[in-house]
Amino acid sequence: MSAAETATGSAAAIAERRRAGTGALIGYLPVGFPDLPTSVDAAVALVENGVDVLELGLPYSDPVMDGPVIQAATQQALANGFRLRHAFEAVAAVRERVDAPILLMTYWNPVLQYGVDRFADDLKASGGAGLITPDLIPDEAGLWLDASKRTGLDRVFLAAPSSSDERLTRAVELSRGFVYAVSTMGITGARSDVDRAARGLVERLREAGAENACVGLGISTADQVREVLEYADGAIVGSALVSALAEGGVSAAAATAARLASGTS
Amino acid sequence: MTDDLAGRLAHLEPLPGPYFGEFGGRYSPEPLVAALDELTEAWEAAKVDPAFKLELEELHRSYTGRPSILTEVKRFAEHAGGARILLKREDLNHTGSHKINNVLGQALLTRRIGKTRVIAETGAGQHGVATATAAALFGLDCVIYMGEVDTERQALNVARMRLLGAEVVAVKAGSRTLKDAINEAMRDWVTNVATTNYLFGTVAGPHPFPAMVRDLQRIIGDEAREQVLALTGRLPDAVAACVGGGSNAMGIFTAFLDDREVGLYGFEAAGEGVDTPRHAATITKGRPGVLHGARSYLLQDEDGQTLESHSISAGLDYPGVGPEHAWLSDIGRAQYRPVTDAAAMSALRLLSRTEGIIPAIESSHALAGALDLGRELGPESVILVNLSGRGDKDMTTAAHYFDLLDRGAEQV
Repeated sequence: MSAAETATGSAAAIAERRRAGTGALIGYLPVGFPDLPTSVDAAVALVENGVDVLELGLPYSDPVMDGPVIQAATQQALANGFRLRHAFEAVAAVRERVDAPILLMTYWNPVLQYGVDRFADDLKASGGAGLITPDLIPDEAGLWLDASKRTGLDRVFLAAPSSSDERLTRAVELSRGFVYAVSTMGITGARSDVDRAARGLVERLREAGAENACVGLGISTADQVREVLEYADGAIVGSALVSALAEGGVSAAAATAARLASGTS
Repeated sequence: MTDDLAGRLAHLEPLPGPYFGEFGGRYSPEPLVAALDELTEAWEAAKVDPAFKLELEELHRSYTGRPSILTEVKRFAEHAGGARILLKREDLNHTGSHKINNVLGQALLTRRIGKTRVIAETGAGQHGVATATAAALFGLDCVIYMGEVDTERQALNVARMRLLGAEVVAVKAGSRTLKDAINEAMRDWVTNVATTNYLFGTVAGPHPFPAMVRDLQRIIGDEAREQVLALTGRLPDAVAACVGGGSNAMGIFTAFLDDREVGLYGFEAAGEGVDTPRHAATITKGRPGVLHGARSYLLQDEDGQTLESHSISAGLDYPGVGPEHAWLSDIGRAQYRPVTDAAAMSALRLLSRTEGIIPAIESSHALAGALDLGRELGPESVILVNLSGRGDKDMTTAAHYFDLLDRGAEQV
């Protein structure tokens, strides 16, 4: 696959859904939960059931942006012996079976210790589309800006309702693929109502020039997906899928994905 | 040596952050950045505001009991090659440690930015108790996050915090110690940032915490420098402090940064030994990485996963360290040495028996280090030790360690 093709990674998938008159469903699962082969099967099942872009979480010892569901899953993956190379293996294994772009969601220290350039090269080689970096703000992202530019990988920065206009503009300018709009002030986990703040934040991101703004945190139902896609380009679902996988295995995760995907039609 | 570094070494002023050389910064989720900016601006304004300074000074004087005294410990010093050892008595502060210095400043700042709820992490419980105390004094809602392991080994401090009106949350995630308490406090802060200020307890974390907490703790060294000069007519040869996150150490080091003849020594917890996996000697054994919002030294595996630390002292049981310490170590201005559980406990008992002062186990690491420093520096030397806290909270640990209880006595 050429650099030009992957450079369009998640943006291309989102654009395709936009042309269909809707938006993208972005699904999260941690690598290595409940074990490495099952996490690959589950990710494939998500795509086969309507997920447009995959977000694979890299288990980390100190996940400050994650709620209890994802914490428990990633801790189990670590206890089972997760190593960074497993993330690249998982990306390659999923890409062999389905075509959706895959972003790794990772806290920054593992990338830093692996080597930012080496990480980018190995992700690229495994067929990954880029990174979502919850604790790396553009202010500290010099090494990653260089490495992603060199490799053509997507870089997804977060935007929050509390972010200043200046910071939103910077996040839009420096993100590639999409901007991750944090729907509410909080951490990952299903919520009964997705905050109204999300709509306002996406409007502000548009004013800042965002082509693709996707909303995450708290989305767990098809109705919420539909509501978010009225104003955003993608809806990101994590904990609801992880809960389904934890409780009912791959088939339950697949069924949840299919239900959520009905919100995109 | 580069000219830039030579210039900095010629005149070492406390740096304003966010960076200390290649350390520090702000590796925090975007939703917290606005709050960190707000705090930075509020602190920059407050620290030069005469009214704020006056109010803080009045609290130090009439609430904490500052200035804390300097005590020369001659009988203890006989075990240190006859060096003169002077203790800066932060153990005599209200709430029993240096933590109150920082907390009162941040509580005033909380009121200044109009927030009504404070949260904090705690390891030994000293910072939690100090925060609960300030919250009671200022009428703020207060939630303290404490690792479940620490709530067990510091059960009396849990009771103290609850008595003061704080909610104490036992954190069951990860290693169930200080680092996990910080993670949980961060999650609370991300969720409740509109109403809540995070009273961070040490010189680690994202900017502005390392610089702000140091600024609020530097009163320790500012007082001690004057006191040592008045008592001995000269500056000390060495300043010793224990280092977990490193706030008491930065508090006493800062006043001496530019006194090049004064050696600065930080003592890290070596636990069962730095050649075992059970220690918390971050600078001695770690390597640079990012944890809890800053780049600093860190105990981590090859993949950048944080390793669990170990120390008999809950307050030093932390796999990270403040970025300014990482920088002072790299430029050679301060030395960091490991002290084992056994050496610290031995120093704790020695000070208790020779001077009638029961130190916190954390501070006992600095005392153990000072015993060695005295032997190295000789009988003419003067060593200033930050006695950062008192040992009352550690009686359960000490009672078991030294087998001090009668058989069948289960009340401790």
